[in-house]
Amino acid sequence: MKLSGLEPLIITSATNFVNVGERTNVTGSRKFLRLIQDGNYSEALEIARDQVTGGAQILDVNMDEGMLDGVEAMTTFLNLIASEPDISRIPIMIDSSKWEIIAAGLKCVQGKAVVNSISLKSGEAEFLYQARHCRRFGAAVIVMAFDEQGQADSYDRRVEICQRAYNLLVADGFPAEDIIFDPNIFPVATGMDEHRRNALDFFEATAWIKQNLPGAKVSGGVSNVSFSFRGNDHVREAMHACFLYHGIRHGMDMGIVNPGQLIVYEQIEAELRNRIEDVLLDRRDDATERLLSYAENVKGAGQVRQKDESWRELPIDARIEHSLVNGLDAYVEQDAEEAMQALGSPLSVIEGPLMRGMNVVGDLFGAGKMFLPQVVKSARVMKRAVAWLEPHFAAESAAAGTAPRKQGKILMATVKGDVHDIGKNIVGVVLQCNNFEVIDLGVMVPPQKILDAAREHDVDAIGLSGLITPSLDEMVFLASEMKRQGFTIPLLIGGATTSRAHTAVKIQPVYDGPLVHVNDASRAVPVVQKLLSAEAADYSAEVRSDYERLREQYASRSAERRYASIDQARAQRYQPDFGAKPDAPKQYGVFPLRDYPLEDLVPYIDWTPFFQAWDLHGKYPRILTDEVVGAQAKSLFDDAQDMLRQIVAEKWITAHGVYGFFPARQDGDDIAVTTPNGERRFLTLRQQGQKAEGQPYMALADFIDPAGSDTLGLFAVTTGHGVDERTQIFKDANDDYRALMLQALADRLAEAFAERLHQRVRTEFWAYAADEQLPNDALIAEEYQGIRPAPGYPACPDHLEKDLLFELLDAERHTGVHLTESKAMYPTAAVSGYYFAHPEAKYFGLAKIDRDQIADYATRRGIPLADAERWLSPLIN
Amino acid sequence: MHPLQTIARERILILDGAMGSMLQEYRLDEAGYRGARFADWGHPLKGNNDLLNLTQPQIVEEIHAKYFAAGADIVETNTFNAQTVSMADYGMESLVRELNLAGAQLARKAADAYTTPDKPRFVAGAIGPTNRTLSLSPDVNRPAYRAITFDELATAYQEQAEALIEGGVDVLMVETIFDTLNAKAALFAIQDAFVATGKEVPIMISGTITDASGRTLSGQTTEAFLISMSHMPLLSIGLNCALGAKDLRPYLQTLAANTPFLISAYPNAGLPNAFGGYDETPTQMADAVSEYLDLGIVNILGGCCGTTPDHIREFAARAAGRPPRIPQAQ
Repeated sequence: MKLSGLEPLIITSATNFVNVGERTNVTGSRKFLRLIQDGNYSEALEIARDQVTGGAQILDVNMDEGMLDGVEAMTTFLNLIASEPDISRIPIMIDSSKWEIIAAGLKCVQGKAVVNSISLKSGEAEFLYQARHCRRFGAAVIVMAFDEQGQADSYDRRVEICQRAYNLLVADGFPAEDIIFDPNIFPVATGMDEHRRNALDFFEATAWIKQNLPGAKVSGGVSNVSFSFRGNDHVREAMHACFLYHGIRHGMDMGIVNPGQLIVYEQIEAELRNRIEDVLLDRRDDATERLLSYAENVKGAGQVRQKDESWRELPIDARIEHSLVNGLDAYVEQDAEEAMQALGSPLSVIEGPLMRGMNVVGDLFGAGKMFLPQVVKSARVMKRAVAWLEPHFAAESAAAGTAPRKQGKILMATVKGDVHDIGKNIVGVVLQCNNFEVIDLGVMVPPQKILDAAREHDVDAIGLSGLITPSLDEMVFLASEMKRQGFTIPLLIGGATTSRAHTAVKIQPVYDGPLVHVNDASRAVPVVQKLLSAEAADYSAEVRSDYERLREQYASRSAERRYASIDQARAQRYQPDFGAKPDAPKQYGVFPLRDYPLEDLVPYIDWTPFFQAWDLHGKYPRILTDEVVGAQAKSLFDDAQDMLRQIVAEKWITAHGVYGFFPARQDGDDIAVTTPNGERRFLTLRQQGQKAEGQPYMALADFIDPAGSDTLGLFAVTTGHGVDERTQIFKDANDDYRALMLQALADRLAEAFAERLHQRVRTEFWAYAADEQLPNDALIAEEYQGIRPAPGYPACPDHLEKDLLFELLDAERHTGVHLTESKAMYPTAAVSGYYFAHPEAKYFGLAKIDRDQIADYATRRGIPLADAERWLSPLIN
Repeated sequence: MHPLQTIARERILILDGAMGSMLQEYRLDEAGYRGARFADWGHPLKGNNDLLNLTQPQIVEEIHAKYFAAGADIVETNTFNAQTVSMADYGMESLVRELNLAGAQLARKAADAYTTPDKPRFVAGAIGPTNRTLSLSPDVNRPAYRAITFDELATAYQEQAEALIEGGVDVLMVETIFDTLNAKAALFAIQDAFVATGKEVPIMISGTITDASGRTLSGQTTEAFLISMSHMPLLSIGLNCALGAKDLRPYLQTLAANTPFLISAYPNAGLPNAFGGYDETPTQMADAVSEYLDLGIVNILGGCCGTTPDHIREFAARAAGRPPRIPQAQ
């Protein structure tokens, strides 16, 4: 028999016994019933989860309670289970005596389920109708030994009904291997003579079915058998174990049990086991009395389940590995000490159990079985252990002059003019976890400093990171300097704007050494390992030829691309209906928002990029239930929520913002704005890539009325003040996880601030869309009127525009944000941009532009052509 | 026995390649999609590829013909999204029947034109996954919520299946299955469509393994997917989309080892590159699918996103004379 949840369950003759979890059944569990009645589905799900972790291989779900809307409860609960991959990995047993509840349940499970149950109770026609319906959903069925006369309560009746049902189903085309019989488990030791053979008849009927009805399986609800001993869990559990022992020997394939409470037959005390078996097998006339009297003495000694601390019993190596893999730091110092006593030196602890544990982490990560947030937690445990060992270690190495052996030494830096370092820090942590020594020069590192440090530390490879577009050129420059200065070590390129294409097309031609684009923390380790291994030459040659191919493809692509001249493009500008342009704001001018309340920003967070920062890819909120990364995403999300609460409550960071409105007029591709100091100009760039007939070549200036009396908005916000100080505290405590978490959250809050401010501008401050009402997902999907493009992004990639934007807003004074030489904003958790309010304003990508526009731009800006080319080089065709 | 089953005993059947990628080559604009008939339609229509069955039938037919000329035995109708659930995006729910009838007839016409006594050609009615999912909630705050019910989805599928059958398709192809429960609704609906039309055709099933996790979007492993879809007699079960030929191989092996049905495979032309396109050339991709042939794990072979008649021609050349997989009774 084959069943499935998210994973297969294949039951063969070699399968010992299949546990069907019984606790998610309102008729059998008062607790579960109460939770469902109260609508407390989240705790009800925990019961399901307990069943799975307790060993259930199929999950029985029953909602048959008079006061419940069974169809509704079954649908809701099964839908919820579908969102919990660790529960829905096993097949579902849809359990009801009401057909409409079964029919509803079948519509909620994607796997091959079991229907529990159908029977001949209402005759053959209905029985066959229900069986056919189950088959159309691919479900297996449990057939109760029940017919028009009633429930089978003897061996003969069981055999008669099962034979008849089997023949009907098989003749109708129902697959025999999808038939499971439930020949009725009834209570024993009831004191009534007619119940003495209840268990024995079940066992014998089971054996008959297995012998005479090929393919069919046998199941039963086991807890029924001990019904007379309610309240005496110890005896009940022993009875279940004994019943199963004999049932399985007779051919029982599966049973509805509480898997967390199954005890082992051999571990039942001999006296009790003997008395139970006397009852089950009807071996003595006084069997029931003898069991009852025994039961009186052991009442109440049921099993107590405890939090699983059994791993503490493992050998020291295994304990350290457990702590590392599970990111638990509670015992790691204690264990490090114990290991040091045993091994004699701190060095042997690091090179021994700690490194071995981290190798397991590395292997699991490489195999996709651990995710980045877990690895960072592992690193935290590792660092704690090493920090604890360090004082001992310093003493020892002073004596012996040794140091732990590393896999290699990697220098990492964010290039000149750029301040973004989350990705770089993550890669650094992952490399350290894998026993690389990482020399991190931080952010805004000038090229010569990188090269000098590389020499001084004799590093094995250099890793460069950058987020803003000018950093791409910095990387090209640094690569060419490496070549000129005779470096041959591997160069790794990473960061949000970098790409394989850019590395292949722009960097490879200027550097002869090994060069790899690594944009994924999980790839960093294998790539560096390969680059430093014996097969390094082969590997880098392979990458090189890959890049060469990419370069050729790129060349042939760009050869095809045609450009309109800038004059042509301007002639075909986008012309919105300026009759529909927004009203002017009540007041022009600049308006600061000091110390903006953080709690007002939290609801505006767009979480999807937060997960991306952690290398967890998927759209929020779906990512929380993702089969592969869902559990990690959820745990990360919970940690983020905790920290977010602290950030807000304890004011870890300060938010400042400023916005301004200026009378504006389109003039060519410029936007001329009126300021207290006269007219100033924003320079926009226009698309030039060849368009189809009638399609416009867009520039942001197009959204402003050339006739004047239009408005341009500007803004700058930050949530970065306080982040560095707090991050440093975490780093000093060897807690990279929280350090990275804070950085990532600060970035999200800055974006949320921009989103929230834009909303208030639309509805209150400029108020051109005063009656707008949109939920957060609509905001994220940008379903509002107007846009807020930011310099450095696709519609306006020119970072130099930030100078004027900052000047007009006096943004440095109002927000404390300043611009680096590459025009990156510092603190990094900052956003600045324009507001265009025209209903037809929309985001677009500038893409590549042609040389004639660069020359025109240089003239407009009044800078030498060479400078213009340098700033705009990523855009130049 | 259906003629396709007879042929499948002798040789590997060739399925067509991408429809969407081919349509893009025609660079149709909004007006091109609308045609005269829908010039004033209230929704933007660019990107409604299935609509081209009505507004640019000559293009659709030409693409089918190109694939037959390249050696395909079977082409899929241009009806991937032609059910009311997806068509609601364009306000075109009322046109579903017409879209499917036209889609089936265009493919039928091309198939009949290329059919010879030695080489009959076939039409598979394409039934896509829709843009809703029965196993996942679109709203994380309400995990029990579903954007569509099983019954609504089954109703939509039944309408599509009936129109495809009446339009003359030889088989129905439920494809790009990212949620097995959606596909169950399709199978359920197809059974009703058989009853309603009084005609039964073989069914092909093709799931989509999202990434290297080896699972569908709804979380099932390949084997769990197979088990969940095996309750009807199928002409074939297989995999398409999301992965390139090389990456798809291990999952095809899993299917091939565990099912008595024929195995179909139509991978993408590699993974999307940095520019969103597909790079694998016909030769590169054919090298990867040759491995399927060496392993004896396919019966029906074609291409998904990014594949072209050149790819299909190369597949047909490689598969010619190679023995098909022999399905084993389980």
